[in-house]
Amino acid sequence: MSENPTNIVLEIHDLCKNFGGLRAVRDMELMIPQGALYGLIGPNGAGKTTVFNLITGIYGSTSGQILFNGNSINGYEPHEINQMGIARTFQNIRLFSNLSVLDNVRIAYHGHAGYSFTDALFRSRNYEVKENELTDQAIEFLSVFNLQDRIHEVAKNLPYGEQRRLEIARALAASPKLLLLDEPAAGMNPNESVALMDLIHFIRERFNLTILLIEHQMRVVMGVCEMITVMDFGERIAFGNPDEIQSNPKVIEAYLGPGASVLAEKFKRKKTR
Amino acid sequence: MKFDKSTIIFMVGAIAVFAIVQLLITFGILNPFWTTILRTAAVMAIVSLGLNLIYGFNGQFSLGQWGFYAIGAYAAADVTYRFSQLQNANGLTVLFMVALLSTVGLVLAQLFISKIRGLDPLSALVLYLVATIALGYVGFLIGKVAAGPVTSLLVSMPKDVATQIVFFISVLLAGIVAAEISFLFGLPILTLGSDYFGIATLGFTIIIKVLLDNSDTLLGFEEMKGARGMIGIPKITSWFWVFLFLVVTVILVRNLLNSTYGRAIKSVREDELAAKAMGIDIANFKIVTFVIGSFLAGIAGALYAHINGFLHPNSFNFIKSFDPMIIVVFGGLGSITGTLVASFAWALVLEGFLRLWLPEGFETWRFVVYPILLLIMMLLKPNGIFGGYEMPYLQDLLPFKKKVKKAEPIGPANDSPEVTQ
Amino acid sequence: MKLTTTVQKSPGFFTRIIERKWIGRGMLILLSLFVIYILAGKLIEKPTVFLQQVINGLQLGFVYALIALGYTMVYGIVRLINFAHGDVFMVGSFVSFYAISRFGIHSWLINLLPGIPAFLGLLVGTITVVIISMIVCAVMAFTIERIAYKPLRDAPRISLLITAIGVSFFLEYFGALNFVFTPNFISFQRPFEVTTWQLGKEGLTILQQGSTVNEGSVIFSNIFIIIVLASVFLLAVLQFVVNKTKVGKAMRAVAYDKYTARLMGINTDAIISTTFMIGAALAGAAGVLYAIAFPSIIFWMGIIPGLKAFVAAVLGGIGSIPGAVVGALIMGQAEVLSAAYISSPMRDAISFSILIIVLLVRPTGIFGEASREKA
Repeated sequence: MSENPTNIVLEIHDLCKNFGGLRAVRDMELMIPQGALYGLIGPNGAGKTTVFNLITGIYGSTSGQILFNGNSINGYEPHEINQMGIARTFQNIRLFSNLSVLDNVRIAYHGHAGYSFTDALFRSRNYEVKENELTDQAIEFLSVFNLQDRIHEVAKNLPYGEQRRLEIARALAASPKLLLLDEPAAGMNPNESVALMDLIHFIRERFNLTILLIEHQMRVVMGVCEMITVMDFGERIAFGNPDEIQSNPKVIEAYLGPGASVLAEKFKRKKTR
Repeated sequence: MKFDKSTIIFMVGAIAVFAIVQLLITFGILNPFWTTILRTAAVMAIVSLGLNLIYGFNGQFSLGQWGFYAIGAYAAADVTYRFSQLQNANGLTVLFMVALLSTVGLVLAQLFISKIRGLDPLSALVLYLVATIALGYVGFLIGKVAAGPVTSLLVSMPKDVATQIVFFISVLLAGIVAAEISFLFGLPILTLGSDYFGIATLGFTIIIKVLLDNSDTLLGFEEMKGARGMIGIPKITSWFWVFLFLVVTVILVRNLLNSTYGRAIKSVREDELAAKAMGIDIANFKIVTFVIGSFLAGIAGALYAHINGFLHPNSFNFIKSFDPMIIVVFGGLGSITGTLVASFAWALVLEGFLRLWLPEGFETWRFVVYPILLLIMMLLKPNGIFGGYEMPYLQDLLPFKKKVKKAEPIGPANDSPEVTQ
Repeated sequence: MKLTTTVQKSPGFFTRIIERKWIGRGMLILLSLFVIYILAGKLIEKPTVFLQQVINGLQLGFVYALIALGYTMVYGIVRLINFAHGDVFMVGSFVSFYAISRFGIHSWLINLLPGIPAFLGLLVGTITVVIISMIVCAVMAFTIERIAYKPLRDAPRISLLITAIGVSFFLEYFGALNFVFTPNFISFQRPFEVTTWQLGKEGLTILQQGSTVNEGSVIFSNIFIIIVLASVFLLAVLQFVVNKTKVGKAMRAVAYDKYTARLMGINTDAIISTTFMIGAALAGAAGVLYAIAFPSIIFWMGIIPGLKAFVAAVLGGIGSIPGAVVGALIMGQAEVLSAAYISSPMRDAISFSILIIVLLVRPTGIFGEASREKA
């Protein structure tokens, strides 16, 4: 993995998004260096998924800038942004339910399938060669995620944990440089969460990725993320490493309500006694 | 190209079916009533395959298939009518040049428009319309000039050969015209959600029917005779032609669907948002599928026009437009096999057997029984009879025989196997 | 850390055109100006002819409004395009036909109290016929909803749509059977005599049967008055029910968010059935009024008016009640004007072209709101 701490993969400045009168995101700032495991947390409704949607082009921003590897990606279509190298998973798993596991992953290779429409229509030699290559690649890729025995299963028949893994595998099959994970640990028990944390570390190394993560389970956040930004009511209220965030009174109040930071202080003192 | 088992079975089966029916026809065992039913079944199969492509595989609820069917029917009929009845190939040449040049116009416009960022669909439509109409008009003029020489050429050939040639070309042209119109229509409309798209296509079908009713007055095609119906079309659609087109359609559709393009098309149906996030340009694929589906409708219409030799706008009214929809839903959305079976069942059973064997008045009773059957089907098996199932030939080339290297389970300290990306 | 910034260039001329969608909008504006120009021309040229068309358009528009309301309310509450709604309209016409011709219900009061003035008696009788049609249609809609739509409520939308189509076919062709409505045109007997008034330079006079209309005057009949009054009355009642009663509030709640409404203790099944019934009752009333205006009925008469009323609902914003009314009035007007000034056969094409244009420009309609979808 090339260490290049000064290379900023994702930059967000003064990002705002209004839905009619509702200001969902306000003056958002974010700076993610290459190779980082970055967390985006905050209470429900803080605007975290909205930020994801803004980055991936599903929403257009009202104002502000989003820069990917130094280039502005404002106003691009979602599929274009994916082709530039950003992939994501969704809060509610969005697999292609009625397609097979193999097909779900093969779709990620569409952009560089290597054969034309006419090739496909008339089954030219080129089609056969490239389609087999593509399929082989997809199967080998799935084997990394231990899904190689499931390639013909229809995606919706998979157990929940495997569906999550498949969604991540699918996102990665497109060889992105930046991966956005939206609550990957949702619905998982503690054991599964630990496996997920291992998976996240693994893929960061294996695929030379930068990862931005929305998550509610604090164990996962604190165990995985190197840097965290906290949002509340659409704004950034704090950022820093996990220790800084944990002791930040504003963060505590955001989650637990006003006056909670004082209580937390009291708790802390009690524990250390 | 090496053929695997399922391909061979399919080919042999297709040839067998063709041969058997053809023999039955040639030896007069099947009377004209039944041959018409069979040919109609094949035509319905093509139209319904187009609809299945648009709706079953791409997820866009379209009620417009019948409108393109009508356009294809009348376009091809006019060309052949002019040649066989009026001994004039101007229909052929004009339509050919118009189709050719307007397609060129579309392609040029496309190159130009793709350079512009952020153009909304309505404006893009206006630009395409301008290009199409301008170049189409040029094609019209060229076609008129070319009519003379081409007519002489065709007349010099034996009559049957010439008529077959004109017929074949007119069928393809009918498809192309339908495809172009569907492109222009679909461009702004496909960006709307599924409901609104369905409503718009319904409106399209109705408008086409009204235009056909007035084809002699408003549109100036006197030979189409508007609401009185067009007669005198040469009855060229034989079992051979219709079967040929059907088999080719099935093969090409299957090839399309089992490629990366087919997967992209299906992904749009499954989850548009996820498809976008995976780099699939869903707007593009919706249009491509719509155009292909409409092309098939146009071809089917052209073939239909030459079965009975006459056309009546009432066959293209909005009620009849539900026939392919019902076939596709019954047969199973997303199943080519289902559509084929359902089309033939619809024609043979419903139009054929029941009409012959059940008592008088069943003509009207049919339409009371159909909805009840439909309702029962919806309640019991909403996926259709063959929902999700395909004949082996039509299925994806599944990598059964690929040996997969078993990977190490994922853990932070393990060396993962070589994965080529 | 390196910060990169991009300088925003002020957009060029062409960029602005494209951003503001002027190419497409420009064409539409040109088209509308053209239409307005033509209409203004006709208006100035022969004002009374134009006015006559307006009167006719209002008459038709109100009938469409009553049908459109059923579409829009049902769509708002279950997201179903009830293709069978136009056929409910047809049933309303036929029910009133039987009520009048077979049972003579329109004259029940007169038969009861022979001394009563004809006007009053027939008025009460007609109202009774309308009410009967409304009730029959409501009951029929309730039955259809329970048998065909309710079991499929959680099924994919397409199944529901196809079922609606099936119900529509069934109603039509069952009606076409000989022992039901027969497949022939039936001559509708009006419950009262038609009186036509002529408004012109000489003031208001009664037009005798068979005499020609004077130049420069418009005519309207008691049919027109009855249609407008009845429609306005029914619309007012509906408005009251929807906005001022508990049932209406429940309907609005279920239309907004069915699941939460159920959690709040609303019996969503009952509310959905009620909505269907109200919509059907209005369509039934429309059927009677339409038959009075155009006294020739047949089993397929509901298809095209039903579709046009549906377009009206989309035009006004599907799901919006005032939208349905406004949309219907526009559709009625457009149909009459295009029949008069372009040609009669083209009026259907124009009506459905309006649909396409609405969908191109503003698919949510005049009063519609954009749908909310969470990513």
